[in-house]
Amino acid sequence: MNDYFIVLNSFYWLDLACGCLDSFLCRDMLPKTASVPQFCNSPTMIVMVGLPARGKTYISKKLTRYLNWIGVPTKMFNVGQYRREAVKIYKNFEFFKTDNEEAMRIRKACASAALKDVSAYFSKEQGQVAVFDATNTTRERRAVINSFAKEKGYKVFFVESICDDPEIIAENIKQVKFGSPDYVDRDIDDAMEDFVQRIECYKANYKSIDDEKDRKLSYIKIFDVGSRYLVNRVQDHIQSRIVYYLMNIHVTPRSIYLSRHGESELNLLGRIGGDSGLSPRGQKYANALATFIKGQKISDLKVWTSHMKRTIQTAEALGVPYEQWKALNEIDAGVCEELTYEEIQENLPEEFALRDQDKYRYRYPKGESYEDLVHRLEPVIMELERQENVLVVCHQAVMRCLLAYFLDKPADELPYLRCPLHTVLKLTPIAYGCKVEPFFLNIEAVNTHRERTAPQISNIRNRVPAHISRHQTFDIVAVFVGKYKRNSPPEKPSLLWGSPVSRLPSAVESCSIDHH
Amino acid sequence: MEDKTPSIPRELTQNPLKKIWMPCKNGLPEKHISQRKVCMTNCPTLIVTVGLPARGKTYISKKLTRYLNWIGVPTREFNVGQYRRECMKIYKSFEFFRPDNEEGLKIRRQCASAALNDVRQYLTEQGGQVAVFDATNTTRERRETIIQFAEQNGFKVFFVESVCEDPDVIQENIVQVKLGSPDYTNCNTEEAVEDFMKRIKCYENSYETLDEVLDRDLSYIKIMDVGQRYLVNRVLDHIQSRIVYYLMNIHITPRSIYLCRHGESELNVKGRIGGDSGLTPRGKEFGKKLSQFIKSQGISDLKVWTSQMKRTIQTAEALSVPYEQWKVLNEIDAGVCEEMMYEEIQDNYPLEFALRDQDKYRYRYPKGESYEDLVQRLEPVIMELERQENVLVICHQAVMRCLLAYFLDKTAEELPYLKCPLHTVLKLTPVAYGCKVESICLNVDAVNTHRERPEVGTTSYHTHSITGPFLQCMFTNESVLRCRMSHHQIH
Repeated sequence: MNDYFIVLNSFYWLDLACGCLDSFLCRDMLPKTASVPQFCNSPTMIVMVGLPARGKTYISKKLTRYLNWIGVPTKMFNVGQYRREAVKIYKNFEFFKTDNEEAMRIRKACASAALKDVSAYFSKEQGQVAVFDATNTTRERRAVINSFAKEKGYKVFFVESICDDPEIIAENIKQVKFGSPDYVDRDIDDAMEDFVQRIECYKANYKSIDDEKDRKLSYIKIFDVGSRYLVNRVQDHIQSRIVYYLMNIHVTPRSIYLSRHGESELNLLGRIGGDSGLSPRGQKYANALATFIKGQKISDLKVWTSHMKRTIQTAEALGVPYEQWKALNEIDAGVCEELTYEEIQENLPEEFALRDQDKYRYRYPKGESYEDLVHRLEPVIMELERQENVLVVCHQAVMRCLLAYFLDKPADELPYLRCPLHTVLKLTPIAYGCKVEPFFLNIEAVNTHRERTAPQISNIRNRVPAHISRHQTFDIVAVFVGKYKRNSPPEKPSLLWGSPVSRLPSAVESCSIDHH
Repeated sequence: MEDKTPSIPRELTQNPLKKIWMPCKNGLPEKHISQRKVCMTNCPTLIVTVGLPARGKTYISKKLTRYLNWIGVPTREFNVGQYRRECMKIYKSFEFFRPDNEEGLKIRRQCASAALNDVRQYLTEQGGQVAVFDATNTTRERRETIIQFAEQNGFKVFFVESVCEDPDVIQENIVQVKLGSPDYTNCNTEEAVEDFMKRIKCYENSYETLDEVLDRDLSYIKIMDVGQRYLVNRVLDHIQSRIVYYLMNIHITPRSIYLCRHGESELNVKGRIGGDSGLTPRGKEFGKKLSQFIKSQGISDLKVWTSQMKRTIQTAEALSVPYEQWKVLNEIDAGVCEEMMYEEIQDNYPLEFALRDQDKYRYRYPKGESYEDLVQRLEPVIMELERQENVLVICHQAVMRCLLAYFLDKTAEELPYLKCPLHTVLKLTPVAYGCKVESICLNVDAVNTHRERPEVGTTSYHTHSITGPFLQCMFTNESVLRCRMSHHQIH
C-alpha cells in the first residue's frame, strides 16, 4: 500500500494517507484562477430589516440557496434560532415587549453571538456571504452591525422588506409561523393572536431605513412583495447579482415540472451524450407525458426544451408551443461523446477515475463539468423564478443541477441525484422550501444512473490546512509515491507525475482522506 | 380521463444553418413555433425617457438601444429633438422652449406625434420589438398621451426617468454632448452653456416627476444621481427585468477597455481553426510587448481577463499581474471542424462551408456554436465590463468581434467580418454618446486569420476549380429556412 504525496509550489507537501487512489492527477484540482469573476474581495454581510412576518426568513433562505448554488459560499444566521436555544421555552409575546429588560438583554446577547459566528464563518470557514436574519428594526441595532462590519472589513448590504397588506401578513403567519417551534403546542387562533401582539411590540420602535439619513448605506427596500423596489448604492458585482435576483423572485403559487426527454436510441445503447431521437418507448413516454400534463389542468403552462432532438421530440407530443433553450443542452462530454462508460474506462482510464474522484468539478476533455453546467443554467433559473407554471424537458445532468437548486443540495451530492427516465418531478414551493412529487409514468426505460463509486475524496483545496490555503494560491508541481514516516521527509519517493523537486521541504503537512 | 390514441409524432428536421430541430412536413420545415431563446415579451415595448435636459436621457437611450440590439432584440430609438431639428431647420435660442411660446409648443407637439407615428410603424410593421422614445416627457399630461397611444396599439410602456441635481454632473453633460449639438454649431462655448441653462429653466417649472403614489400603477425605473439610487416600480416581464438590470449596472466613470487576442498560436501558424494550442515564439514576443504596452499606459487598477484556453493564459502570464479566467471567453466552438483548415472544411463539409458564408452570424458548426450563440454566452461578460472600470480582455477572434460589435454598435451582418488581427490592441474609451477606438499594433509579425466576406453567390475559397453543391437559401418572414440545393461545377 503506497502513500501519495502532492507537492505544492515546492513549498508544501500534502500527504494523503489513503492508499486507494487510481490517480491523483487532476487538472481541476489546480487552484481556481477564477473561472467566474471574483465576486467579492471582502466578505459581505447581508442584513435583513423588517417587522415580523414580512418574509425576511423566506428571502434569507432563498438567497442563501441561490448564492450557494452559483458557487458563492453563503450561510444564514437566524437570530430567532439563537433565541430559541437560549430561552428553551417560548411563553408568549411578552418576551418581546420593549420594557422587558431581562428579555432585551437575552436578545442582545443572541445577536452578539450570531455576529460572532458570522465572524468565525468568514475567517475560519472561508465563507463569502453571511445573511444576518433578524428584525433589525431600530437604527441603533443597525449601527451596531455596521460598526461591527466596518471593524472587521466586511461589506454590508441591507435588505428591508416593507409590507402593510394585512392579507399577505396573515398568509405568512399561516404558512410559516404556525409550524414554528414557538407555537408547536398552541391552537391556531391563540397562535395568531399572540403573533399579532408580537408584531405590535416591534412596531412602536420600527424605524425604516431612512432615504436621507442612511443615504450612504447600501440597501434594497422591497415594497409589497416586489411591486416596488428602492435600491441605494450597489457597491459591487455580488450586490448587483443579489439585487437582480431579489427583483425576479415572487411568491405567487405555481408549480415547476422537471422531466427528462423520453428514452433515446443512444440511451438504449448505453452511450452518453449525442443527439439521437427517441426510442419507441421514449415516444410512448412523450404521449404519456402529454396525457399527464393535460390531467394536471395547469393554467398557462410554459414548456421549455433544449436544442437536442430528444427533448424536442418529447415536447412535440404535447401539442403546445414550446421554447428551445441552448442552455438546457446536456452536459458536453467532449471527447467522450457517444461512448459507453465501459469504452471510456478502457480508452481513457485516467479520465474515468478522475471523474469519480470529483464528479462535480471534473471537466470532460474538450467538454464541460457539472460546475460549468450550473454556470450556464443560471439564466434558466433566473427565468424560472420569474415565471409561474413551467414544464422543463431536459437531460440527466441538467435536471440534477436544476433539482439541486430547488432542493438546496450541495455540490458533492448534485451529480448523484436520482433523475430517472420517464419520471416527472413536480416541484411546488411551500413555506421555506419545496415540495417534490415524483410521477413515474409507467413506461419502462433503461436506467442511466451511476452510483457513487470511488471513496469520497473532497477536493484537494479543502484538505489544504487553512493557514496555508488562505494566503497562498498553489499549484500541483509533482505527485510522488513512496513510504512515508510522519514528520520526516519521505525516503527516496518515486516520481509519479510532474517535475522532480530539487529540494525536499522540512515540514510535511498531513491530512487523511475519508473513505466511503 | 380517456386514453388518447397516441398521435403520430411530427417529423423533425434540422435546420442546416442553425442546426435547430424543427417540425417538418414532406421534408420542408413547418412554421416553427418558437426559436427564440426566451420569449422576451409578448407584445412590443415602448420605453419612454423622462427628465430635464442634460440628465443623460439620450445617453441612456442610445446605450440601451445598442445593448438590446446586440442581444438580439430589434430596438430603435426615436429622439424627438431630432424631429424638432428637422422641422425647425435653424435653432435660434432657448426662447423656442418657453412655456408661453404657443408656436413653439404647437411644433413640439407635432414632432412628438410624428415620432410616435414612426414608433407605431416600427413596432407593428417593421418587426421592431422595442422602441425608445427619447424626449423630456416631463409633464404628466404628455405621459398620459403616450400611455393612451400605447394602449390603443397594444404596446407595453416602461418609463425611464433620470433625476439629477448635481450641478457638476449637469455641467459635464452639457460640455460633453450639448456643445457639439447641431443647435449650437455657431455659438461659442459660453453662449451655448448660458442658452442651454435657460433652456433647462423653461422645463423646470412644469416638471412633474414620476410620483410614488400618483403613478403607482405605471412600470418605471427612476435613476437618481447617475446611479446612486434607483426606484423600480412594477416590472412586468422579462425584457423589462433585463433592462432594469442593465441600467443598474452601467456607469459613466471615465475608463478604458482594452481588447486584444492571444499571441499567435501554433495552430494559427498551421492555418487551423480552434483547438487549444500554445503560443509560437512570435506569440510570446507579443506577450512581452503587450506587457510593456500595458505598463506604459499607466493604468490604475487594471483588471485582466482571459479565456480558459492555453494561448490566452500564456499571453496573460507575460504581464505578471493577476488575471481572471472566464470559460465564456473561450473561442467559438467549431464542433466537428475543430483544428481543421478552411480548405479541409471545404473538402470534407462543402455544404457546411457554403452555409457559413451565406449567413456567418447565424451559422452553427455541427456540434458547435454560432456567432449568435457566442453573443448569448458573452452577455455576462458585457454586463461585468459595464460594471468595471479599466479592463484588459485577452480573448479570441470570434469573441473579440462580438465584444467589439457591442461597443461599436455593429449589426449582426457586419459582426463576423470585423477586423481583429493578431498582435493588435484595441483601446476603447467611451466618449459622448459613443466609443473612441484606438488601434495599437504592437509590431510583432503574425499570420493573418481574417477571411473577407465572400461575394454574393459564390463560396469559393480556392481560386482554382471547385466542385460541390451550390446553395441557394431564402429566408421567409417566419425565419423558416427553405433550402434548395443545386449542383454546379464551377471552373
